[in-house]
Amino acid sequence: MAKKKTPKLHLHIPVPAARPGDTPTFDHIPLSPAGQVLRPKIDTQEEQLRNFPYELIRVLDDAGQAVGPWVPKVSADFLRAGLRSMLKTRVFENRMFAAHRQGKTSFFIKSTGEEAISVAQSMALESDDMCFPTYRFSGWLIARDYPVIDMINQIFSNEKDPLKGRQLPTLYSARDYGFYSLSGNVGSRFGHAVGWAMASAYKNDHRIALGLIGEGTTAEGDFHEALTFASVYKAPVILAVTNNQWAISSFSGIAGAEQATFAAKALAYGIPGLRVDGNDFLAITAATRWAAERARNNLGPTLIEFVTYRASGHSTSDDPTKYRPADEAQHWPLGDPIERLKTHLIFQNEWSEEQHTKMEEELSASIRATQKEGEAVGTLGNSKPSVSEMFEGVFKEPDWRVIEQRREFGI
Amino acid sequence: MATMNMLQAINNALDVKLAEDPDVLVFGEDVGYFGGVFNATKGLQEKHGLTRCFDTPISEGGIIATAIGMGAYGLRPVPEIQFADYILPAFDQLVSEAARLRYRSNGEFWAPLTVRSPYGGGIFGGQTHSQSPEAIFAHITGLKTVIPSNPYDAKGLLIAAIEDDDPVIFLEPKRLYNGPFDGRHEEVVKTWAGHPNADVPAGNYTVPLGKAAIVRPGADVTVIAYGTMVHVAQAGIDDSGVDAELIDLRSIVPLDIDTIVASVRKTGRCVILHEASRFGGFGGELSALIQERCFYHLKSKIERVAGWDTAYPHAFEWDYFPGPARLSEALKRSMEA
Repeated sequence: MAKKKTPKLHLHIPVPAARPGDTPTFDHIPLSPAGQVLRPKIDTQEEQLRNFPYELIRVLDDAGQAVGPWVPKVSADFLRAGLRSMLKTRVFENRMFAAHRQGKTSFFIKSTGEEAISVAQSMALESDDMCFPTYRFSGWLIARDYPVIDMINQIFSNEKDPLKGRQLPTLYSARDYGFYSLSGNVGSRFGHAVGWAMASAYKNDHRIALGLIGEGTTAEGDFHEALTFASVYKAPVILAVTNNQWAISSFSGIAGAEQATFAAKALAYGIPGLRVDGNDFLAITAATRWAAERARNNLGPTLIEFVTYRASGHSTSDDPTKYRPADEAQHWPLGDPIERLKTHLIFQNEWSEEQHTKMEEELSASIRATQKEGEAVGTLGNSKPSVSEMFEGVFKEPDWRVIEQRREFGI
Repeated sequence: MATMNMLQAINNALDVKLAEDPDVLVFGEDVGYFGGVFNATKGLQEKHGLTRCFDTPISEGGIIATAIGMGAYGLRPVPEIQFADYILPAFDQLVSEAARLRYRSNGEFWAPLTVRSPYGGGIFGGQTHSQSPEAIFAHITGLKTVIPSNPYDAKGLLIAAIEDDDPVIFLEPKRLYNGPFDGRHEEVVKTWAGHPNADVPAGNYTVPLGKAAIVRPGADVTVIAYGTMVHVAQAGIDDSGVDAELIDLRSIVPLDIDTIVASVRKTGRCVILHEASRFGGFGGELSALIQERCFYHLKSKIERVAGWDTAYPHAFEWDYFPGPARLSEALKRSMEA
């Protein structure tokens, strides 16, 4: 073999900063101090916004003060409602996770540490807008007072399951609450948000869409196809990447985080890309409102990366201590979204530890009672919808195959 | 009533629906200003406007995802995939989303899209412009798959598909666009002029999905075909001299099982003809259904005449293509057994 002047090639496989037993570190994640990033006018040209994907929009500082140009106009009641919905989401999900461990359902997935994104976006958008969620978005429904009993019945796949036992637990659908049907295939609804928004624009409607995707799933073609269509047709849509650092056991570097931020994916599509503190309720509210105002004014789509941390495992099916340090969450530099909003409200003299404890107790009691109500209907395996539901909904009207097979099955 | 070729009939169906339903949108690669690589959407943008018929990025997954989102909003999108060979990047969207949305959401959302796509061989398109993928869609619960064989059916079936609230894969036999083709490739190319099914009424009419046509009644053997193969079957039957009954399925999902069963019980013999590769092809399903329902009426084994289990070969187009001679032989085998 001839001697070459260039060095031998080597293959790069990204590895995370810390694995079990290592000291967690997030030094590699660029942060901006709270209040530092400018808030551009909504009609600012995209070429003036190209540094935003490498900034981090933050409103709440470490002391709990709201600072800088992105402080949203919100009342204390609005923030207390947000705090309540986040806490309700956490309490609810923790109880359902435990119910899975007790064998009451087959599967559960939590959004612990990410509740600010679902709740703040739910509150920032209009009731007739449509979100195309990820499976870590139950806070959207809770913030809109979707009946918790319906979620529990779905999780238990019992007789009163609104999805009639056809869908995996937590993959809700709630059209009247602006919540599009979830699926276990990640990313495949991102483009539906764009199509829905294009339809709204075509009909000269006022409604906009919100599409969500995890940072791991930005590697799917769906992500890039959706961005292409959103950009080409200037669709009135907010496209959000929830960067929670982990895709099951794969750290964000496996999806390209070593090379660029996820907000920076917007640059090549010529649309604004904001990078936002995903544990900061106020920053999420402000960024979502900014992007929504752009969309409603025919200024097109915005890509938002929410930088957050998946404090729980991926789902009930994995043990996160097998692939990351057990105490990694404690080292996360952006804290916990509930604690941060609580600190802010206390700082503003609009909340207290006593009120918080009381609210937590009240929510725990209420969720416990609702869970009992669901369990009285039945948990997985001891109650289910009529089995005739298995044969419904394949088509609008069943064809002969379904009719015959139903008869063959004996119903 | 006007004489139309299949492209004109398809164009006319889209024109009718665009005119009468503002929720119908037509889009795909090159379908707008240019009118599509086969001219199926010619003139529609000019007539109905830029937002009604427009070009898309070269992104089949993106086209179908967009269409599903539009459908969920309440529109009736009619996306085109330029060749059925290129539909595979959209396969996840069709299988995991379009086909399953109604079921998994308990009817809260559905995807009333009609995906038009030219399919099939006979045009020297090589392996990426010739395939017949109908069986993979027939296998997907929640999708309907429609394949017309003449201009009258093409318009009526396309309007029925667009008006249907379920997702429909509408496969257009591209070799039939400009004229009927019976597989006698060495002969002069025919046009649709004078063909009884080229008389296409103006305005809205439908041919129902799931209703087969008996193209030629016969007593001795049932031939089942769809798309281009309906014409090949007629030629093969003529060559064989057998009194065969020819069924044009028109849609494979929904499938007109009653017409098939009635015919095979009458004739006691059956030959299935399709252009797609034989193994795992739709002929296998038809064969299974027929033996389940007509076993005691069968006088001979069910014959399948199909493309070989190879890729679609460019130079060997007519060696691969199941032409009238192969059908004729199969008819004789069926009769002799």
